[in-house]
Amino acid sequence: MIRPAMKVLVTNPHQELEVPGPTRVQQLLKRLDLTPEAYLVIRGDELVTEDTVLQDSDSIEIRSVISGG
Amino acid sequence: MRCRKCAHPAVIKMPRHNTSLCKDCFTEFVHTQVRRAIKAHRMFTADDRILVAVSGGKDSLTLWAILLKLGYRADALYVDLGIGDYSTRSRQKVQCFTDTVAAAFQSTLHVHTVEREQGAGIRELAMLVHRPTCSTCGTMKRYQFNRVAVEQDYDVMATGHNLDDEAARLLGNVLHWQTDYLDKQTPALPASLDGFAKKVKPLYRLTEREIAAYAVIHHIDYIVDECPMAKGSKMLTYKHALNRLETDSPGTKHTFYLTFLDRQAKQQETNGKITEQDRQRLHPCTTCGQPTSTDVCSYCQMMAKAKAHV
Repeated sequence: MIRPAMKVLVTNPHQELEVPGPTRVQQLLKRLDLTPEAYLVIRGDELVTEDTVLQDSDSIEIRSVISGG
Repeated sequence: MRCRKCAHPAVIKMPRHNTSLCKDCFTEFVHTQVRRAIKAHRMFTADDRILVAVSGGKDSLTLWAILLKLGYRADALYVDLGIGDYSTRSRQKVQCFTDTVAAAFQSTLHVHTVEREQGAGIRELAMLVHRPTCSTCGTMKRYQFNRVAVEQDYDVMATGHNLDDEAARLLGNVLHWQTDYLDKQTPALPASLDGFAKKVKPLYRLTEREIAAYAVIHHIDYIVDECPMAKGSKMLTYKHALNRLETDSPGTKHTFYLTFLDRQAKQQETNGKITEQDRQRLHPCTTCGQPTSTDVCSYCQMMAKAKAHV
């Protein structure tokens, strides 16, 4: 049986991933080698802090906040 | 994680302030930082008419939203650069914000369409004049924002530049010792001559992450994608480097830029104000009349070169 995993969308560069939960936001960013200062983590339409535990049923957006040329 | 102020659930951790805040306390924090910036640099008053330069991105739409919420008289100008689908989507974001938020404050959106007014989009213009697209875009936007602000009698023009923008620009200027640019890197530039609008940056005390968080919390629908022309830009390299430093040592960007501003203020007391320097150095462009240090301003030179190739 395939275990369900949380859906993770990363913007800039665009990536769609499936990551097994539960995992903390901080661990997820570290696993993806993303600098916390450059991203926001959004569950549904709510911001979550780095100690939040994410579950398999969650849909997560990791949004880059860097802009400008 | 709990809010450091009221113990409600936190929505953001801010290591540079060694704190975490809930939605309401974070909103108040952002408004306080903007009020402090406006007051510290005497940017404008409640009676002034403000023209906000909007792009559809998080910074400019958030700036427009905050100024309206704080009770300022703020209209906006969008310059449609004609960068295919990216410009179409960013214009839609600006129009949507205007209709759903700004209209309730009787605020107006002006639009300048480069393709219609200048005869070609920004990429085509850049190719015609053999300049990088970002540099051509910068010249175009500075010129059009200043022109509209002066022609439509706005007291001040506001841009959404944030702490990351200013720290990255400062790093670039320092790495190349561009001291002329350092003198002008301030959150408020005066209308030093006829033909120059006063220019201010009310978000300079807030990081990109804080501004993006404010936009998410307040459901400001902005274009998340990066401009396709900005890929590989030096500014992005500097921002990534500063964010690595910030993660290891919170407060680095804040200290870097705000300490620079403190030193700059002391130096300008000695070396004379920007207004005096501009009056000695600048005069009207012989083609369009906007202030310039050469006979013909860089915008008119660029457009003359483009027309010669059409």
